[in-house]
Amino acid sequence: MVRVDGTGRSNSLIQVRGLDKTYKRGGEEIHVLQGLNLDVDKGDFVAFMGPSGSGKTTLLNLLGGLDVPTRGSITVAGDEVTHMSASKLTQWRARHVGFIFQMYNLIPVLTAFQNVELPLLLTKLSKSERRRHVETALGVVGLSERMNHYPRQLSGGQEQRVAIARAIVADPTFLLCDEPTGDLDRKSADEIMNLIIRLVKEFGKTVLMVTHDPVVAKLADLELHLEKGLLVEAGQVQQNAYAGGAA
Amino acid sequence: MKFRGLIFANLFRKKVRLILTVGSFAVALFLFSFLAVVKGAFGRGADIAGADRLVIINRISIIQPLPLNYKDKIMRIPGVVAITHNNWFGGVYQDEKNFFPQFAIDVENQRKVIPELKVPDDQWANFVKDRQGAIAGAKTAARFGWKVGDRIPIKTTIFGGASTWEFNLDGIYHSDRAGGDESQFWFQWDAFEEGVPKTFKDHVGWYVLKIENPDDAPRIAKAIDDMFSNSDFETKTETESAFAAGWVKQFGNIEFLILTIGGVVFFTLLLVTGNTMAISVRERIGELGTLKAIGFGDRTILFFVLAESLVISLIGGLIGLGLAALAIPVLGAALNGLLPSLILSPAILSVGLGTALLVGLVSGLLPGIGAMRMRVVNALRRV
Repeated sequence: MVRVDGTGRSNSLIQVRGLDKTYKRGGEEIHVLQGLNLDVDKGDFVAFMGPSGSGKTTLLNLLGGLDVPTRGSITVAGDEVTHMSASKLTQWRARHVGFIFQMYNLIPVLTAFQNVELPLLLTKLSKSERRRHVETALGVVGLSERMNHYPRQLSGGQEQRVAIARAIVADPTFLLCDEPTGDLDRKSADEIMNLIIRLVKEFGKTVLMVTHDPVVAKLADLELHLEKGLLVEAGQVQQNAYAGGAA
Repeated sequence: MKFRGLIFANLFRKKVRLILTVGSFAVALFLFSFLAVVKGAFGRGADIAGADRLVIINRISIIQPLPLNYKDKIMRIPGVVAITHNNWFGGVYQDEKNFFPQFAIDVENQRKVIPELKVPDDQWANFVKDRQGAIAGAKTAARFGWKVGDRIPIKTTIFGGASTWEFNLDGIYHSDRAGGDESQFWFQWDAFEEGVPKTFKDHVGWYVLKIENPDDAPRIAKAIDDMFSNSDFETKTETESAFAAGWVKQFGNIEFLILTIGGVVFFTLLLVTGNTMAISVRERIGELGTLKAIGFGDRTILFFVLAESLVISLIGGLIGLGLAALAIPVLGAALNGLLPSLILSPAILSVGLGTALLVGLVSGLLPGIGAMRMRVVNALRRV
């Protein structure tokens, strides 16, 4: 159950309390997030909406341990993230966060297989174990036949599916998606969203997604809007219509 | 090593740039090897000189003679064990390009003073008996395909106009010291005295003497030079290594020249490689940011950059040194014995490769530290 009023259960998977983020630009202070609260349980699928500059990506960066807040705390699966050292935070990201970016962020000189394998290089898995995990992840996203293709040999939708495989291959605690369909045509976007919904429904993944697209946002369990540095609930949305329709 | 695939994939990202950078290393290492080999060739005389030997030349210059009768006076100085004398012949074998040094030697004392140049006893015995006899260094004999028993005609250019002196090759000497000079051609002092015009008789080019204790070298040298001061033929006595070093200095400060050129080459290489690595890192800041985002640590990112620059320097270095190993014997042959043996020693190879790796390390360090320190959120904006 997602809550934004700071009254969530203490055992929520993700618990954000009083989160502030202030940037200094010149002599001016810009308050992007101001006392933001959020509780997300395992298996939740949340969409963050808001106009450009509202702090959506900043929130995602903070949740993913890519940036540190000015004030407040983020706790994920019992780990207080905000006070971790840079190296601890890097290790934490490797173990807990799967990133899906708008521009896919694949390494162009690596094949789909090698791109998906990257997070596993940070584990102690053997080569054969890594291969098995990568093949499974590519199987989930339906790209088993394309594992030896380079990103330039794939369509945008296929590249994003490789990126999703990379995000899930190490079985992270939650997925952060930054405009995952922002660079795709409608058909490819639908395929990607179906895949993300499948990850939530079938594999119980927790997904936090930033999007500009209201159609995409409505596919989440909950749509949250960032307004004046705070999250505002837009209301429960019909969850299964899209997935059911596409199936 | 599980990161190997990533490192090599990045390495081959821009093949032309890789080839050019590796080529820069290869050319620099080739040049370094060649310069080091030439420096070694010039300096080898000093390196292998006997610590217990002194060389006496005319104080004015080596081309001025010294009287033969100095020999007995020098032998009377305490600490002197043996003395021998030589003269430069400067002849031409078939063609001026076929240069090799020819010396008239003191048959009686040559092997006492310079024992490291070995001649088989039977060959030496034949040489001693044969007034027209000659001994050639193994390198010169091999160069011209000579064998014992051959007749060697050498045209004199200094003594007695343009006449040709005929020698019988009675033996071949080898040096028992690594890198020792095996290019000389010796013939009997008596034959020399008989053949040269009267003005050259009873004069030697230089003396070489063996002393009992190397620590006595300064005292003996001073005693000799004092003995002949204010005479018509003043002497300059120095250790054999100082003499060899002085000989090299006649060509200019070879060492300084070579070190300067080598330094400039490596500094330029550092700039070229540093620039290449900086561009390479700048081009993929977004990718490095992505790697950091998915959990690759700062040190791992630094390691990737350094590994790339080290692999480039290693491949380039090995190619350059390999080319040098192939080319230096050819160049040595082309120099026709003008320099002692050009030897690409393991020490030169090690220093060359070590320097290449150092350049690779330094050139990758700044871009690598930059990549290590960059903030992920800033890097991801560059995708």
